Amino acid sequence: MSDRLRVKKTYKLYVGGKFPRSESGRSYAVTTPDGTELANAALASRKDARDAVGAARKAQGPWAGQTAYLRGQILYRAAEMLEGRAGQFAEELEAATGEPSRDAVERAVDRLVHYAGWTDKFASVLGGANPVAGPFFNHTKPEPLGVVAVVAPQDDPLLGLIDALAPVIATGNAAVVIASESKPLPALSFAEVLATSDLPGGVVNLLSGKVAEIAPWLASHGDVNGLDLGGVEDAALAAELEASAAETLKVVRRPGRAGASLDLVRQWTEYKTVWHPAGMASAAGGGY
Amino acid sequence: MFEYAPAPESVRPEIREHYGLFIDGKFADAEDGATFKSVNPSNEEVLFTVAEAGEADVETAVAAARRAHETVWGPMSGTERGKYLFRIARLLQERAREFAVAESIDNGKPIKETRDFDVPTAAQHFFYHAGWADKLEYAGLGADPRPLGVIGQVIPWNFPLLMLAWKIAPALACGNTVVLKPAETTPLTALMFAELCAEADLPPGVVNILPGAGATGAALVDSPVDKVAFTGSTAVGRAIAKAVAGSKKKLTLELGGKAANIVYDDAPIDQAVEGIVNGIFFNQGHVCCAGSRLLVQESIAEDVLERLKDRVATLRVGDPLDKNTDVGAVNSAEQLERIKSLTEAGSDEGAESWQPACELPERGFWFRPTVFTGVQQSMRIAREEIFGPVLSVLTFRTPDEAIAKANNTPYGLSAGVWTEQGSKILWTAERLRAGVVWANTFNQFDAASPFGGLKESGYGREGGRQGLEAYLDV
Repeated sequence: MSDRLRVKKTYKLYVGGKFPRSESGRSYAVTTPDGTELANAALASRKDARDAVGAARKAQGPWAGQTAYLRGQILYRAAEMLEGRAGQFAEELEAATGEPSRDAVERAVDRLVHYAGWTDKFASVLGGANPVAGPFFNHTKPEPLGVVAVVAPQDDPLLGLIDALAPVIATGNAAVVIASESKPLPALSFAEVLATSDLPGGVVNLLSGKVAEIAPWLASHGDVNGLDLGGVEDAALAAELEASAAETLKVVRRPGRAGASLDLVRQWTEYKTVWHPAGMASAAGGGY
Repeated sequence: MFEYAPAPESVRPEIREHYGLFIDGKFADAEDGATFKSVNPSNEEVLFTVAEAGEADVETAVAAARRAHETVWGPMSGTERGKYLFRIARLLQERAREFAVAESIDNGKPIKETRDFDVPTAAQHFFYHAGWADKLEYAGLGADPRPLGVIGQVIPWNFPLLMLAWKIAPALACGNTVVLKPAETTPLTALMFAELCAEADLPPGVVNILPGAGATGAALVDSPVDKVAFTGSTAVGRAIAKAVAGSKKKLTLELGGKAANIVYDDAPIDQAVEGIVNGIFFNQGHVCCAGSRLLVQESIAEDVLERLKDRVATLRVGDPLDKNTDVGAVNSAEQLERIKSLTEAGSDEGAESWQPACELPERGFWFRPTVFTGVQQSMRIAREEIFGPVLSVLTFRTPDEAIAKANNTPYGLSAGVWTEQGSKILWTAERLRAGVVWANTFNQFDAASPFGGLKESGYGREGGRQGLEAYLDV
């Protein structure tokens, strides 16, 4: 038995590509299911949530402007990084859930690979040319909503997180994620994976803390375009958040079943349709 | 300018003195006996009275729609459902002139538009969606898409029959039944459509039409429907989104807009001027996707404005039933007040107003085509949806500035771009935050083309393969 003192990790937030503490200076104790203390996590505040939205907004345009091929490679790189650290994540997950977790990590890697492959395909699967009754070329394609706030699932701290997050960023959105409240450590470590995968800072921002405290600021924030309530377990809170999101007409995913991956891709995109005259002069006076 | 002799439309549809609610295949008065009047906006004469649906009527209609969904329409094969919709499309085409004239009378819009746009496009929507009814598994929405059930639909007064078609055709094609509330000021063509459904032998309860005002709409939103589809103002859309929060009801919203119409210095100017005019004066500007903010590149602004004013001066404002009329009546006294108050705010805030010297009829609700220059982004006429024949002109120097100004709005429904350079069109269209972008054209619509907005213009699409999602459980 070595008498070396182990270097413990300080779990911090992930905002704008950096790992800050909560500006509030608060933290909370994270334990195993049987109550053994694991670490302290930052207890994010309203200011942290707003900073995260600001970072996401700044990053979203350039991220959406990258080629789909590059977005796919970055997601695949994240899968590579996660695979390489599978042992660490299995330990963290087991500590968080009390269950053997190697399999959950492997499935999380595979899920990332799955979405890495969607980036350069969903537009052709969902969009297309429309045969309108006139001399026009008319084309529809899905585009990212913008900034999506995600309340990650509470009981499935890694795979659940990736299930919710991957379709958001694969489609060119930026995300602000509230990690599982009682099991945030795997998510906070996953931020390190993202930070070493060439994902531009701000595309994913991760907050740990209380859903009931942070989520209302995200639901009411004017610069958030989509809200995923998948991880909100309190039905009354979910209804309040949805009503609050209605003020700025956000796209909301209610708690409950997550559909197939293409359903989630559709959830966080919206169609843009462009009309071009196909001729030298059209009835409306256009033409080129 | 040429002098034109009046060319009044000669067909006159039969408009009854009184219409009931259409529930379960039958017309009936409201349970509490409430009625209201529909007024011709071009002369303020009362056209007819109509039953006003209350909560009890909403309950009855939703129950009828539920029964029809469970016993007839839901179990019916897609092929058979499609044949009913084809039949409706054909009947609409047969009775097109009658519907066009009725729409023009009840709404105030020019007969030229109802005849050439509203009614034919409504018929196309039924014809298009009829063909989807037996092909839903090929729509790319999963192997076994199912209907949602009963749909509550609330539509606006600007395109009464066309908005009805946008709502009812896809809902029925996907196997749902509907309860639809037409707008308070324009129930006529919806009630004529109810008669047409009976004529088509559509099973009772599949389509139910409940005229009424805001309270009727609210009762429908709160009723046990499976989904609400709304087209109208952002304020009401917001209230509906709040009302369904926490429920299982699905929701799609097609709300307001403040579209930018960008004219670059290399645009085909004469065509662009036509597009600007069509963009804002089509349907008296009562268009959610109207090109109400003209963004013109500074170097050509003077030239464009001069040609624009020359063109606007030739618009014929007046009798909606005259085939030469370009701009008809404003739909209601209330809307006229809103237009007046916003244009006054424009002048008060320092924008310069210009109107052609056209005569307006003495009676009815009228507003001259109006062009505001010297508009700043902070002004109400640049930010708020006027929903009238009022254009706000702003200028820009660089493409980046054009994009920044175009996107500087909480809305995101539509936008236009004018340039001869194809790559500039694609560059611009890519950056515009809008659900529909018209390049070198404006205000084009088609059943095969998805329509709908981003941000505070709502969510969901109507039309095209993508529009089916709004009415399917996938």
